[in-house]
Order: sequence, then C-alpha cells, then structure tokens
Amino acid sequence: MIDEKEKNAIIRLFHVYRHYGSKNALIDITLDVFKNEFLFISGPSGAGKTTLLKLLYLGEPVSDGQILIDGMNLSRISRNRIPYLRRSFGIVFQDYKLIKTKTVYENVAIVLEASGVKRRMVQKKVNHVLRTVGMETRHSAFPPSLSGGEQQRVAIARAIVGDPKIILADEPTGSLDSESASFIFNLLKGVHTRGATVIIATHDKELIKKTGGRVVYLNSGRLEASPYV
Amino acid sequence: MNAVTIITIALSILIVSVFALFFINTNDLINHWKKGIRIMVYLKTNTLEAKIPDIKKKFEEMYGVSEAVYISKEEALEQLKRQLKSQISLLEDLKENPLPDAFEVRMIPSSQSWEKVETLSEKIKSLSYVDDVEYGKKWLGRFTNIVNLFRLTGYGVGGLFFIAAVFIVANTIRLVLYSRREEIEIMRLIGAADSFIKIPFYIQGLIQGTLGGIIGLGILFITFIIIASNVEQGFLPGSFQIRFLPPAVFFSIVISSMLVGWLGCYLSLKQFLRI
Repeated sequence: MIDEKEKNAIIRLFHVYRHYGSKNALIDITLDVFKNEFLFISGPSGAGKTTLLKLLYLGEPVSDGQILIDGMNLSRISRNRIPYLRRSFGIVFQDYKLIKTKTVYENVAIVLEASGVKRRMVQKKVNHVLRTVGMETRHSAFPPSLSGGEQQRVAIARAIVGDPKIILADEPTGSLDSESASFIFNLLKGVHTRGATVIIATHDKELIKKTGGRVVYLNSGRLEASPYV
Repeated sequence: MNAVTIITIALSILIVSVFALFFINTNDLINHWKKGIRIMVYLKTNTLEAKIPDIKKKFEEMYGVSEAVYISKEEALEQLKRQLKSQISLLEDLKENPLPDAFEVRMIPSSQSWEKVETLSEKIKSLSYVDDVEYGKKWLGRFTNIVNLFRLTGYGVGGLFFIAAVFIVANTIRLVLYSRREEIEIMRLIGAADSFIKIPFYIQGLIQGTLGGIIGLGILFITFIIIASNVEQGFLPGSFQIRFLPPAVFFSIVISSMLVGWLGCYLSLKQFLRI
C-alpha cells in the first residue's frame, strides 16, 4: 500500500552517491521532494548542490543509489527517453546557458519547438512569458548584449515557458544586485504559486530566511541538519 | 553552408562524371563498330551446290548469328570486278574463277554475341566443308578488353572519390559541430531530442551535396559542349555522335552526390552525439 508521503513525493532519492575518481561529491543522499514544494538546497561552495541538481536531470549519472522522478527510475531510463525527462524540468543554470547566436525570443522558443509545439502557439506563449519577466522589449537582442540580470530573466523565461512540473534553479540570484535578485525571486515564487515544485540551490542565507521554505543543507557532500531552522 | 565542402563534392562528382561520360560514349562507339562485324566463311572447292541451303541453315542456327548470306564464286568475281573498275584488265585473262563459294555470316550486335565471335569462328572453321574463315576488326576485341579494364578502374576510382568526399564532408560537418558544441549541449539539456538537433545538419548536408553535384555536372556539361563541337566533325566515324550523360545517369549522379552530403553528416553526427 502506498503511504501518503510516497504519494506526494515528486522526487525521491535513495542512498545516492556521486564520486569523481576517489573524490566523493555526494555521499548517501536520501531525500524526498514533494509536489508543489518550495525547497532550498543550501550549503557552502563545493558542498555538492550543483551536482545534486545535475543528477536530477541526468546531466550526470549517479555512482550508486536510485532516483525516482514522478515515479520514473532514472537508472532504468532509456537514452531516447532522456529528452522527455528533461522536458518535465525547467532549469535555470548558474551560468544561464543561453545560446549566444540566438535572440532572446529564439532562446525561449527553442524549448517549445523541441517539444513539437505549433509555431502560432510558440509565438503566443513566448511573448506572454517575455512580458512576465519584463523582457518583451528586448526580444530581438542577443545574450552577449544583455546585463546579468537580463540574462537571468531570459533563463527563467526559458525555464517556465513549457509549464514544467519542476523548476530547478542553481544560484539564481548569485551574481545579481539586490533589486534584480528580488525580481527573480518573485518570479520563482509566482511559478510556485501556479503549482510547480521549485528547487533552488543557493548559499544566499538572506534569501532563505526571507522565504521560509524547507531547507536541506549539504556539507561536503552529506545532508546535515539545516543551521537556518 | 560550407564552400569548401561544396567545392570538394563538385570536384569529386566532376571526376567521376568524366569517367561515366567516357564509358558511355566509348560503349556507344564500340556498339557502333560492332554493327559492322561479319565473318566471311570460304567453302572448300568441292562443296556441292545442293548442300548450300543446309549449310546456310546450320550457320543461322548458331548462337549470336543474325543471318548467313550465300555469295557464290561467280557473284564474288562480279563484285571484285565492280570494285577494281580501272584495273579490270587484270581479271580478263583468268582461265577459271579462282574465288571460292562463301558465306557472309552477320552477327547480332550485342556485346554478348560479339565476345563469342572468336569461338564461333573456330566452330565454323572446324566444319568439314569450310576451307577458311576471316573476320575483320580483331583489334576491336582487344579494344573492348582495354575499355573494360578502364571501366573497372573507373569503378574503383569512383568508389575512392565517393569515400574521400564522404570523409571530407564528415570532417567539415564535425568542425561545424565542434564550433557549435555549446549550443548543442544546451539544446540537449533543455530537452531537445537528438533528431531535433540532427535535422538541420542533415538538411544542410543534402543541400551541400545537391549543390556540389549540380556544380560538378554543370562544369562537365560546359566542357562537353566545348569539346563536342570541336571533336565531332573530324575525329569520329560519320554517323556516330558523342552524347552527354543520359537523364537516368545524370539524376543518379545528383542522388549519389546528395548521398555523399547525407552520409558525411550521418557519420559525424553519429560520432558527435554519442558523447
């Protein structure tokens, strides 16, 4: 019989390890993330936050243990199903990962085009999401001409345009001034309000304290009791 | 779009097409010559005239023979007189006709029967009432053999150019992929399937292949027009005309060229996206 906890978990990690040669990046991580949860993965630099996020979208394979995403076991997923898994995530990368040779509009639209969404719908959704992040006037600009805050907004627009179930954001406010950080954070709160599960990897204590979501704390690759609670 | 790739394909196609054009026209020329092949069969002097219909039938039943025409020694002498004309006095003092009765055995003008002409001559010569056989253009057999040797070389050279072109295309596409590796990686991370990433490259490969093929064949056509207008008048036999590649061969070459572009993409994408 499935218990309530299991039923509500959208992400489950069981004794997950990740090591690079002899270096252990993650050690025995067991964690449940629930539907529509706002979760912070915190910890100092090099604690394994980014690695943990990468394991979720199969940016890297686990060394040991198992991960279930919405009931799907990642260690048993076939290569051609990986794109479908990744489409269930909206990912905001630490370094934005915008395609430099494509415009703001194209960078956002590519998510929908890759999913086979019709052009008219792509246009409608991209314009809407660019308005939401306040980038509608810069839709023809190329990423190198944008400020850090603007690039982050485009990265968030790209992450949310496909209405994913889960948003993964790696240090989304890390290199931004407080005004931009606050704007980005409100965007992510808005997505959460509309029903998405949001996981943010950050070492920004102020942001965590201000929000009051659940916090898991990583230190040297191990989960520890959060010092913020 | 990579100009080096297009030029490479164009040159490869040009070289292969030159071979194809050469073989098609040489083949036409050989067939043209073959149409004139006859075996002259000289009968022994003691052959009875009553046997002639049986002998004719026997020749005509042989494989590769289209017909056998009887030429009596009287007819042969008349023909000789007509041919000699001004030197006819040479024949006036003849006490008896020195020419033998003969058959002109005409061949089916296909290469298969042509290659058997020597065997057929041997077979005819072994008959008891045959004194001798003669067939002109023995050199044609040797020429055909040389052309066949060139044909084989052509296939080899064509194959090598095909492989070389595929690898050059594969390498140029690999360079493009390498320069866009960050973009490709991002596309994969946001959920783009490999097919979504591959399709633009395949389209590019096919366009490059098509353009290369058309440019190569275009250069060949212009060269052909220039050469054909100069060579045809003096060099070739009267009724024979050299021709450009027939439409089927032309389109096969364009399709092969597209295949070169596609295959080059396939190889580099397969290797690149495996990572």
